Amino acid sequence: MTPEQGPPGPVHVRARGWGWRHAGRKAFAARGLDLEISPGERVLLLGASGAGKSTVLHALAGVLGANDEGEQEGELLLDGAPPAEARGRAGLVLQDPETQVVLARVGDEVAFAPENLAVPREEIWRRVGRALDDVGLDLPLDHPTTSLSGGQKQRLALASVLAMEPGLLLLDEPTANLDPAGVIEVRDAVVRVLESTGATLVVVEHRVAVWADVVDRVIVLDAHGGVLADGEPGEVLTQQAPRERLAAAGVWVPGWQPEIGGRMPDGGGETLVTARELTVARTRRGPAAVHELDLDVQEAGALSITGPNGAGKSTAALTLGGLLRPRSGTLRASAELAGTADRDPFRWRSTQLVQRIGTVFQEPEHQFLTPTVADELEFGPLRVGGVVDRERIAEVAERLRLTGLLKANPFTLSGGEKRRLSVATMLATAPRVLILDEPTFGQDALTWAELVTLLRELVEGGTAVLSVTHDADFIAALGGAELRIADGVGRVVTR
Amino acid sequence: MSTDHLTPVLTGRTLVRANPVSKLFAAAVITLALMSSIDWVSAVVVLVCEVALMPLLGISVWGLFRRIWPLLIAALIGAYGTALLAAKTGEVLLELGPVLFTEGSVAAGVAVGLRALALALPGIFIVLTTDPTDLADALAQKLRLPHRFVLGALAALRLVGLLMEQWESLGLARHARGVGSDRSVSARIRNLLGQSFGLIVQAIRRATRLATAMEARGFGGGTRTWARESTFSPLDAVVAGVGLLVAGGAVTAAVLACTWNFILS
Repeated sequence: MTPEQGPPGPVHVRARGWGWRHAGRKAFAARGLDLEISPGERVLLLGASGAGKSTVLHALAGVLGANDEGEQEGELLLDGAPPAEARGRAGLVLQDPETQVVLARVGDEVAFAPENLAVPREEIWRRVGRALDDVGLDLPLDHPTTSLSGGQKQRLALASVLAMEPGLLLLDEPTANLDPAGVIEVRDAVVRVLESTGATLVVVEHRVAVWADVVDRVIVLDAHGGVLADGEPGEVLTQQAPRERLAAAGVWVPGWQPEIGGRMPDGGGETLVTARELTVARTRRGPAAVHELDLDVQEAGALSITGPNGAGKSTAALTLGGLLRPRSGTLRASAELAGTADRDPFRWRSTQLVQRIGTVFQEPEHQFLTPTVADELEFGPLRVGGVVDRERIAEVAERLRLTGLLKANPFTLSGGEKRRLSVATMLATAPRVLILDEPTFGQDALTWAELVTLLRELVEGGTAVLSVTHDADFIAALGGAELRIADGVGRVVTR
Repeated sequence: MSTDHLTPVLTGRTLVRANPVSKLFAAAVITLALMSSIDWVSAVVVLVCEVALMPLLGISVWGLFRRIWPLLIAALIGAYGTALLAAKTGEVLLELGPVLFTEGSVAAGVAVGLRALALALPGIFIVLTTDPTDLADALAQKLRLPHRFVLGALAALRLVGLLMEQWESLGLARHARGVGSDRSVSARIRNLLGQSFGLIVQAIRRATRLATAMEARGFGGGTRTWARESTFSPLDAVVAGVGLLVAGGAVTAAVLACTWNFILS
């Protein structure tokens, strides 16, 4: 058996009038792309949501699919060959660390790609060792992949791709789902890898600041096809015209923050929910996540729950939201919040809960229940009383810019629209407490600003807003108290 | 709900080292012997051998019970049903209105219950002592099953565990939207259907993403090498031999005891 080996060294990329339309779609996902990327160049690929960044990346990785999955125009070549024929030359790391793990053990996971490329056995294990070294994962080869942190999983995904010895490294928002420590961890691993392999890099990321110092070229895709700006980071990111256009497209340009409306909330009022010595756990028998929390959730107050990935922030939030059974300690709703219901939020029925505490999950799709946006908005009120307050719903839709989308299927919306809808569905039943799990993950700057403005206004209007978040700008914009969770203990910090 | 029953906790060190193919072989011959006759002697012989081999699993009786209690109940129900319905021969043991147990029907019931247990235990042995990755390696390298199929199944097996987590968070997400914890049965059924549909949607999305990640790592090509070599050792001859011995012993004992009743005769 002869191992399938492409020409070694960094890859040269060329696109000529390239475009791609997914099967069954009217519009092209990307179109009119003319590009030349020299071997070893490090490129940051930017563009508004829907400009086709991921499509370009997937095309370069050769995973867009065959002709029946879409229509291609023009040409896209890696070292003069179509990506599908250059198997193993390009390595792609995706956004979500959870969905990329194939096998159960760290060593096997890294060995998977070279196995597929029919690399001889001894060579595979040599590559596995080197790839894990390069990304700085110092773990035994039989370490279970499930017990890794988000940052570790992303570095493992990187190592798995490196074991192919690719000449082109493709990263699709590799740090969007990570905490700040994880972001730096992965970024530094990429830099180390590039220094040792000299591979060509194309990275897509909303948060430009993370990569601006690492890349030597920034390419901005135009949502209407083609390239909007192309040049050195200093040039593209500091010049007035491209900066403004990037900002208008929702790209996080370094040193710029989108404009936020509303007032900075000041201190809370009456306590709505009280937690005392509250110990929370994800499962009934599994280990406890956070021990003995003491906390007051106040009306017209913001509270941010922070801490590293896997610290138990979401578990704490879901428990405070009456969704998970407390392991021990007490969780009490105020008499005013509880009304006719029990004082223990965990014992509330779904219909009682939705009028009192709204919880917006990290994955908006988990909470979509109906075929249209309008039905989604009316669903909660219908469940509660059978009567729909059309005015309130129209107001919520207006406020979250969903009025034009009322007939659309929730699953077909863009990421930002899905996020706005998931918040809107919760507001439809006017709960006094709103809990959001990572509301700004992977959002572009425009959606981010809209969300922050809306939450500020809600707090001002008397709602208690609890957010699980890593986002320092978000915390600063909302103010209020911060619950820092680390090593199973939560501490409330007030500023 | 927890996923720990699906993730194999490999306990029996000795059997873990054996090649999955030899374990499958041993289980197959035992199953074949049990399937060819319905009598209590062969079932008892197999069951006694299996119980005698249990220390190899390196698991406490309680730990084993926690994993197999549904099987015990199923075996009991099977035995009860057979005793109730089988031909009423021999002396009457118990008569309560229409419920009639005789020596013959009870013997048939016991035979069916023991047989069900004896049939199920080899599977338990394999699950408790086989790493899925090793199994995939062995199936592809030793039995030459197509690698796309084997690795696809292996990846899918991992997704099953993740889906159980997803089911729980879907339930919470829906509860937060005001669905769930209804009193009426029809509303509960509707909710269950809705949640199942949601899970299917999530499963397809997850599988699609995983497929992309696998394809991006060169999966799906023609030839492939294996980082881990699946090998046979003397231990495998022993495992296969014990399987043959148990199966042969059961058949011989039943024939000698004149209880052998071949299903095809």
